[in-house]
Amino acid sequence: MAQITYVEAIRGALEEEMRRDDRVLVMGEDVGAKGGVFGATAGLFSEFGEERVIDTPLAEAAIVGVSIGCALAGLRPVAEIQFLDFIPPAMDQIINEAAKIRYRSNGDWSCPMVIRAPCGGGVHVHGALYHSQSLEALFAHVPGLKVVIPSTPADAKGLLLSAIRDPDPVCFFEHKALYRSLREEVPEGEHLVPIGKSRIARAGDDLSCITYGATVHEALAAAERLGQDGIDVEVLDLRTVRPLDREAIIATARKTGKVLVCHEANLAVGVGAEVAAIVAEECFQQLDAPVMRLGGPEVPAIPFAEPLAEVYCLGPEKIEAKLRQLAAY
Amino acid sequence: MAVSESAPAIAADLTQDQLRSMYRDMVLGRLLDDRILVLNRQGRAPFAISGQGHEAAQVGVGYALRRGYDWLVPYYRDLTLVMVMGMEPRDHLMASLGRAQDPNSGARQMPGHYGSRAHNIVTTGSPVATQILHAVGVATAFKYRGEDKVVVTSVGEGGTSEGDWHEGLNWAAVHRLPVIFLVENNSYAISVPQSRQMAVAHVADRGPGYGMPSATVDGGDCLAVFAAAREAVERARRGDGPTLLEAVCMRLQSHSSDDDQRRYRSPDDLAQMREHDPLERFRRQLEGVGVLAEGDADTIRKDCQRVIEAAQAEADAAAPPDPATALRHVYQEG
Repeated sequence: MAQITYVEAIRGALEEEMRRDDRVLVMGEDVGAKGGVFGATAGLFSEFGEERVIDTPLAEAAIVGVSIGCALAGLRPVAEIQFLDFIPPAMDQIINEAAKIRYRSNGDWSCPMVIRAPCGGGVHVHGALYHSQSLEALFAHVPGLKVVIPSTPADAKGLLLSAIRDPDPVCFFEHKALYRSLREEVPEGEHLVPIGKSRIARAGDDLSCITYGATVHEALAAAERLGQDGIDVEVLDLRTVRPLDREAIIATARKTGKVLVCHEANLAVGVGAEVAAIVAEECFQQLDAPVMRLGGPEVPAIPFAEPLAEVYCLGPEKIEAKLRQLAAY
Repeated sequence: MAVSESAPAIAADLTQDQLRSMYRDMVLGRLLDDRILVLNRQGRAPFAISGQGHEAAQVGVGYALRRGYDWLVPYYRDLTLVMVMGMEPRDHLMASLGRAQDPNSGARQMPGHYGSRAHNIVTTGSPVATQILHAVGVATAFKYRGEDKVVVTSVGEGGTSEGDWHEGLNWAAVHRLPVIFLVENNSYAISVPQSRQMAVAHVADRGPGYGMPSATVDGGDCLAVFAAAREAVERARRGDGPTLLEAVCMRLQSHSSDDDQRRYRSPDDLAQMREHDPLERFRRQLEGVGVLAEGDADTIRKDCQRVIEAAQAEADAAAPPDPATALRHVYQEG
């Protein structure tokens, strides 16, 4: 198996699936000759041509709306929104159309499509307010959608293959800080990771840290530091934020009795609140501490300058501090 | 802009049976629309939206398509058009009365939100003009697979103010896709007149801005609409791209059962409109060329009434949806 990066895993999954299934096509801004602003579609244009790798007009609602039409007519479109920050013009198409097509037609129609978008930022990403947002909670609120946020190259490939083959619309958000920072062995060929199933990124007995996306790696770093002091942290990588893997959330909470949920997205009314509610409802008797949460502060997004960005971003230190607080409770 | 061909020249192109069938479809649409409004006033249908005054335009476009082959992405005034595509009066009465057998949505949506996979009618929601982009996507699929199918999508003139409208026309023109954008311009978006919707005289004036052929036709003239639609369909089918087709219609009823157009339209305006009812116009036209003999229109009307009576009896007897189904079909089952 080859050691590849996260973005190479995405690109490879698209290429393999397009070779396997001629219903799959890709559309978005700059996905053609340029291969996408992050290179996620590099080489596809030359292999599959302009009818299958479509450079679209600069119009996000249209990228999603036209993809919906393709799906209704039997294709398997993969739409790329260049940055998740620019998806709001397409929200009507996603929430009112894609998500509701199966329900509103009483199962007569379906909308199998993937909406890929780079998300997230960081102290050293410099994406500022409009190239760094984590908006997954907006989509996770909507019945009819699935929302997938892989944290590793192998998961990126395996979940993207599953997303393209899924019979319903899937939002597939890729943290841009992961694109080239990680390299790992990714199985070639059929490597399917099921949507809705989490993964224990690190097993532990004392505390549970439930998270997803790039924050998984920060949580793992924090867990290592606590491990040096004999505090054994389990890190649960949700992988999918809709539907949540309730069984795994409940299992880790019951196992350790102490839960921290953390994510880069704004804390209030976020995915973490839903996870905390599941733990409170299902594991009350087994808890040894209140469920704790860590997330983005009450500012719109990550500021540009590093001293400001540091205030927003989590990083292993903040997670470590919160875990120690939880351990001491 | 294209000028409508003269009616006799087109009539020569259609068989007498086709012309009678076109008239019958208009009458069926009108009488069913009337029946639905009555059910609403009786308190039996909670909501109704009327397409009266649009029948000639819808039949003209519908007859230019290959039924069971071409696709339609409609909007809420297309009662007559979806029946030309293959839906039946019973389907709509099931929807109006909220019956489980409503094929559009199983009574999940308000009536007037059409959709039927069996008849290539794409499911529609309430937001205005979102369907424009779906039609562009459907056409993308046709072109990608090398099929010579075409798709018609329709919208009112108010819907052409939406961003999705602009994005869709621009995209379709760039990729020369087989779509016909039908604007059923009845001069009012609920209460707002066209003059507050756009600064051009005709929606079709925007065609050149998109690099797309466009035409304004008299939507009360069924055969003129048919001629313009056929030209657009042929253009799309041979791979020469989209057309913007504006049919100038009249809205004989209020926007919906929750609206009263007497509050914002003058009595003169309303009276004058009714004098130009497209059904009467087409009847006189067909009688003038001998396609309808004396008494034929009456026979057709009675026949349509019978169809509607039977359909309503069926809908009256049909069951409402089982509450146990309310949570189904959010995602694929099984």
